[in-house]
Amino acid sequence: MTEVRDELVKKRYASERRFRFYGAAALILTALFLAVLLIDTVIRGIPAFHETSVEVDVNVNAADVDPANLPGGNYDKMIKEAFRAEFPEVTGRANQKALTALLSTGGADALRSMVIADPSIIGKTVTVPVLLGADADMFLKGQLTDQTIAPGKATLHVARLEGEEGFVLTGEKTGEEAEKQLGLATGDVVRFQGGAVRVTGMQNGYLKADPVLPPDAAFSTGNFDAGQWDIVSFSVPQANRRINDNQALWLDKLKQDGRIENSFSWRFFQAGDSREPELAGIRGALVGSLLTVLVAISLALPLGIASAVYLEEFAPKNKWTDLIEVNINNLAAVPSIIFGLLGLAVFLNFFGLPRSAPLVGGLVLALLVLPTIIIASRAALKAVPPSITEAALGVGASKQQAVFQHVLPLALPGIMTGTILGLARAFGETAPLLMIGMIAFIADVPQGFTSAATVLPVQVFLWSDLPELAFKSKTAAAIIVLLVVLFALNAIAIYLRKRFERRW
Amino acid sequence: MSEHIVKSYDEDLSQLRTMLAQMGGLVEQQLDDAIYALTRRDTALADRVIQNDERVDVLEREIEEKAILTIARRQPVARDLREIMVAIRVSSDLERIGDLAKNTAKRTHAMSDQLPRKLLVGVTRMGRLAQVEVKNILDAYSRSDADLAMEVWRADEDLDALYNSIFRELLTYMMEDPRNISLCTHLLFGAKNMERVGDHATNIAENIYYLVHGKPLSEGRPKKDVTSGMRGDIEGSDDR
Amino acid sequence: MNAPVHHQTLITPAHPKALASGQFKVTARDVDVYYGEKQAIKKLSIDIPDRAVSAFIGPSGCGKSTFLRCINRMNDTIPTCKVTGLIDVDKRDIYDPNIDVVQLRAKVGMVFQKPNPFPKSIFENVAYGPRIHGLAAGKTELDEIVEKSLRKAGLWEEAKDRLAQPGTGLSGGQQQRLCIARAIAVNPEVILMDEPCSALDPIATAKIEELIDELRQNYCIVIVTHSMQQAARVSQLTAFFHLGTLVEYGDTNEMFTAPQEKRTQDYITGRFG
Repeated sequence: MTEVRDELVKKRYASERRFRFYGAAALILTALFLAVLLIDTVIRGIPAFHETSVEVDVNVNAADVDPANLPGGNYDKMIKEAFRAEFPEVTGRANQKALTALLSTGGADALRSMVIADPSIIGKTVTVPVLLGADADMFLKGQLTDQTIAPGKATLHVARLEGEEGFVLTGEKTGEEAEKQLGLATGDVVRFQGGAVRVTGMQNGYLKADPVLPPDAAFSTGNFDAGQWDIVSFSVPQANRRINDNQALWLDKLKQDGRIENSFSWRFFQAGDSREPELAGIRGALVGSLLTVLVAISLALPLGIASAVYLEEFAPKNKWTDLIEVNINNLAAVPSIIFGLLGLAVFLNFFGLPRSAPLVGGLVLALLVLPTIIIASRAALKAVPPSITEAALGVGASKQQAVFQHVLPLALPGIMTGTILGLARAFGETAPLLMIGMIAFIADVPQGFTSAATVLPVQVFLWSDLPELAFKSKTAAAIIVLLVVLFALNAIAIYLRKRFERRW
Repeated sequence: MSEHIVKSYDEDLSQLRTMLAQMGGLVEQQLDDAIYALTRRDTALADRVIQNDERVDVLEREIEEKAILTIARRQPVARDLREIMVAIRVSSDLERIGDLAKNTAKRTHAMSDQLPRKLLVGVTRMGRLAQVEVKNILDAYSRSDADLAMEVWRADEDLDALYNSIFRELLTYMMEDPRNISLCTHLLFGAKNMERVGDHATNIAENIYYLVHGKPLSEGRPKKDVTSGMRGDIEGSDDR
Repeated sequence: MNAPVHHQTLITPAHPKALASGQFKVTARDVDVYYGEKQAIKKLSIDIPDRAVSAFIGPSGCGKSTFLRCINRMNDTIPTCKVTGLIDVDKRDIYDPNIDVVQLRAKVGMVFQKPNPFPKSIFENVAYGPRIHGLAAGKTELDEIVEKSLRKAGLWEEAKDRLAQPGTGLSGGQQQRLCIARAIAVNPEVILMDEPCSALDPIATAKIEELIDELRQNYCIVIVTHSMQQAARVSQLTAFFHLGTLVEYGDTNEMFTAPQEKRTQDYITGRFG
């Protein structure tokens, strides 16, 4: 008999151990997934929080600026001229265009602000940080291609070809062996004093190279010892990059000269949306989110709490109230896009409210969040022990006094938790807001509840759709901001709940 | 009477009743033996009666102890409480009856052959009456029969009347011949003892009434014993 | 008031030994109480005198707590509960539509089985009632009321230095005394107690019983209790309930030495099958 019992005991312990193992495994697996997701997002998003600009000495030409209309001055021209002046060796329209293409279209903003702030600098030369374009920015962050610069190990001989654009590279040896000896591959750029050339491959038995930074016309041959020239290799071939070799080398030079500034991108938080990735910020979306959620909460909270109090404490318990309770529970589970349709049909079409305004978005989200708040509040009210109500009634308080002076304060932690969870959900909702038009491209920061706006999750959605590579990290950065806000809201929920928790 | 929810409580009460029944039986036997011994001048029997009285005393102590314990443990109320209080009192009365039987047995040693038969007959008759009272009262107690108890209570009158007449007779006999005084005194004590037995029986009767009805008996017991006023002077007595 | 003859043994104490005045504070006539279909109290009639303690005893589910809660209309909070019949406090029908329940509950206070002080400070607990009924004109008056109530409840010495601390921080017995102080603070005339000591240890219980003894000089007290010893110790009148009917009601001393009804006898001696 005892053997049977021992067997059962052993089996029981074994099954408990298995259960604990499964639980722990599930937990760890989930944590792993979350960790992977978070780390991936963070790694992707971090670059978006830095921006690169180049220090340029700009001559504020009085001819380009009208003191009566400071914002209207031709700052673009000034910037471009100054930049071109940094590279006097760059000639030819194509190349010059390529050079100024490195700059952001909004690069002149810093200069404009400086002049507006201090018009006395007109006519002087000032050092201005000019924002670089997204491509240049990404290149410098290493996102476009990997770039390795290795010093040349052998002696290099460069000879200009006669009659055509091109150079021949030879080492101690020529031809194929030169390639090996020099350690070159097709597509590599060879930098030497006076210029840079790109290896194009073997031609007529010689190692040919095209000019990148063409040396002077006077240059015909050159000998370079090991260490006097270097090889710049790119992992992505030029044809597949947005920055060609010339631009890469120009940027390298600027970087070498220390003129590249890497600073924290406050712009990300201050600017609205933009077609140019380097100029795009989340301010518009943040403000839009804030306004929308504000509208949502200021409607849903009082309505929700009042409904919960009425349903829980004052409403007669009959089949109508049962019906209402069932329907509230169902509403909480309705797909959020339905609320968007509702908003479209009722608020936009029937009431004619402005499209894509935080007001409408807030109304839709209020409807979405209301069931959650009602359910959480009811649960919190139910959790207050009836002995408190009885004690209050016994002393001669009316039902209303008992509810509002005793039950509600005790239920407050639960209600607040429910509210903030609802808030957090509202913050992260996308689908219903798409239906009411908050998907448009809004460049301005919304000014009020009726101006067109977008919200942060929608912004993420929009950016994730754009083809520019730079928007990928912007999307991830926006996701990080969204997560931070949600995390903060949840932390506030926990803090408030702990603070107001009273034991009875 | 329905059962108590806690069985051991019922057992306590029934134990108490058993002990009282035992004591009652013992005291009845003692009384019977004492009267017999006195009548037959059986000194050996008388001595046994005297010895047995210790058992009666022991029983009374045990009953009292059991009763107190039951009160402490069970906090009895209503009828249970009355029953226990009555048990204590009845055991005390029974113990006194036992003592009276012992005292009567002691007188056996003083009896002599010269005793006139009619005097002894009188005392014996008193003894039998007392015995009947005790037997009836014990029956009434075991059945909680208040009506029977009241009958005994009223019948004590007869015992008192008998005692009055014996008292007069003995006085007369003593006055006739002073050599009879010592013998008659013993007989007097014997008669008095029997009268006291009757009184204790009526006590028990009152307790039974209280047990059953919950109220003490309001009427006073009729006391027909007038011997305390008897003087028996040689010149014309009132109570001849 | 003449008590009607009833098929149950209704002993209206004509000259109750323990009472100073023979005034009846609470009277009930032919009260029926239903919870939905189930009848909890059947044709109850009783007269409860003032300035005395009346105890309701009986087995579980006999209706004693139900009737107690009718006296201050706490049963109104139970939707399925229906009360018919007449219940008077001070000769006024408490179920009259003109009666304000809130005022009634200030006049008829209640102390519950499990001590339930508000999760507020001790001061607030006692001050809440007077405040909502407007019994104090200003802060000093309120302070006075609080002190007086705590003194009457025998809690002042222990509480006077911690009036701002939460009421829930007191021990069980102290909490119950706080609840009694809270009930007294609104100047009631009747105090209903629903098994007030059942959650307390013997010493706390004894203190509460002592308090009840003092309070009965000024209030009409009705106490529901499961402990017959407590009913015997504390009350002057005892009412025995069984299956929703009042079986016997009379002087406590007589009830516990010589009850008239066999059911009563069986219950108090523990012979209930």
